[in-house]
Amino acid sequence: MMDSLAIKIEDAVVSYREDVALCGVSLEVKKGEFVGIIGPNGAGKTTLLTIVNGLGKLLHGKIWVLGLPVNGNNGSQLRKRVGYVAQVQNIDPRLPINVRETVMVGCYSHLGLLHRPTQTHWKDVDRVLEMVGLTHLADRPIGHLSGGQQQRVAIARVLVQQPEIFLLDEPTASLDWKAQREILNLVRTIHDTYHLTTLFVTHDLNTLPQACHRVVLMKEGKIWHQGKPELVLNSETLSELYATPISVEADSKRRLVLF
Amino acid sequence: MDLPILEYSFMQNALLAGFLGGVACSIVGVFVVTMRLSFIGVCIAHAAFAGALLGIWLGFNPLAGALLFSLLAAAVIGPLADRGELNPDTSIGIIFSLMLGLAFLFMGLMPGARTEALNLFWGSILTVGKEDLVFLSIVAAIVIGVAIAFYKEIQAVICHREVALAVGIPATIIFYGLLFLTGATITASLRSIGGLLIYSLILNPAAAAYQLTYSLKRLFLLAAVFGLISCWGGLIASYLLDIPSGASIVVVSAIIFGLATLFSPKRKVKQWQQTLSAS
Repeated sequence: MMDSLAIKIEDAVVSYREDVALCGVSLEVKKGEFVGIIGPNGAGKTTLLTIVNGLGKLLHGKIWVLGLPVNGNNGSQLRKRVGYVAQVQNIDPRLPINVRETVMVGCYSHLGLLHRPTQTHWKDVDRVLEMVGLTHLADRPIGHLSGGQQQRVAIARVLVQQPEIFLLDEPTASLDWKAQREILNLVRTIHDTYHLTTLFVTHDLNTLPQACHRVVLMKEGKIWHQGKPELVLNSETLSELYATPISVEADSKRRLVLF
Repeated sequence: MDLPILEYSFMQNALLAGFLGGVACSIVGVFVVTMRLSFIGVCIAHAAFAGALLGIWLGFNPLAGALLFSLLAAAVIGPLADRGELNPDTSIGIIFSLMLGLAFLFMGLMPGARTEALNLFWGSILTVGKEDLVFLSIVAAIVIGVAIAFYKEIQAVICHREVALAVGIPATIIFYGLLFLTGATITASLRSIGGLLIYSLILNPAAAAYQLTYSLKRLFLLAAVFGLISCWGGLIASYLLDIPSGASIVVVSAIIFGLATLFSPKRKVKQWQQTLSAS
């Protein structure tokens, strides 16, 4: 049973000072599954991702990632197998690192201390940059790129890391529609091509990839509801989740969430 | 230019100290400037100063006191800045003022003449001894060695610390290692440059280099060259103009920073950003 699971969380409690971020969360994610995670601000979505990659500390409960129990000793080893794309960040445009070097950081955990990247590693980086359509910006300082381009760099970095689990924390937040669509298509392609297990956190219900096998709805640090997208992404459930009227229009191709 | 002063051994020692201190401080400065830890660096510098004064007061080696205090300060400041229990500016400001207060306290408790203590304020590169040169050589070798051996990890941590942590690089250990290295470098340069002036030699050359390049390798090299020019240029200016050496080193490094900022190609990026945010 455990062999088919990529992630197993049992009664996880996480607290930041007096605020409880996760309150008795239990979740199982099968290998190869694509799970969307939605919920209002402060629902615990990002915290859920951080306990999967071992950066968040559990106050109570247990978690297994890729069959291994996550604890203080193996977090660093596990993170090598877990790719993480954070929200768009404000990067200093004068930072002394270019796009190629930023992507190469994904290789460093596998290389180990005192080992330099070889030509093969640089070729891998160039191949991945071509895949995400950034070859022409390879030598540009990372801080000079737009938010959408920086997210593609982050995805390229995850690709060279060759993870088994792919965590995305609002990767399309603050991006324009074109960039959102490009990132979503890229995430879908990568998930399918590399047979990853993907957790995709988003605020924007319309950016939930069509490829989602399951949507987890979080509220006040708990898993409030979960199920197939077509079953849970309805007006009634979403209105209750966000405590505001939300309507859902559906056509033959996709559903559109309206506020 | 004929400089017969260069034939004197004290000047040769001073030039060697300037070379070692200039290069070591500048390389450490690259970590500090890139990670935007300027205030943390100032705090560690003052901790080293307080530790050295404690050593003089209690009669043990001032460098041992400086090393102990700077490493302790790094060990306390790192978590404070990291965990966000308090606003980092507030907590580091409190430790900074505590260190300054302790420095003056130890100085006030010292019996007799305070010449050695006052030398630590301004530094005395012209009277640097063999013991100081050996210590400075060891620290400079460690700083350069660490920068070369762990270049890729350092680049990941100082440019993308959260990403480095997320991909499994021991980012926290490397971050604390860099803080400790900063403490050790400040300690080793304390006698020659002085507790109040050392920080400009850490900050100015690296900040000047930061204006001129997007390559970290070139940033290290440029910072080291600027640090060397600051020290040697300051020493020569001190001899020619008969002014205090520590202060002239600081002034030269500040002039280099001013020129680098004036001719920085990155100013265009800043102007471009300001235009964008205004529109």
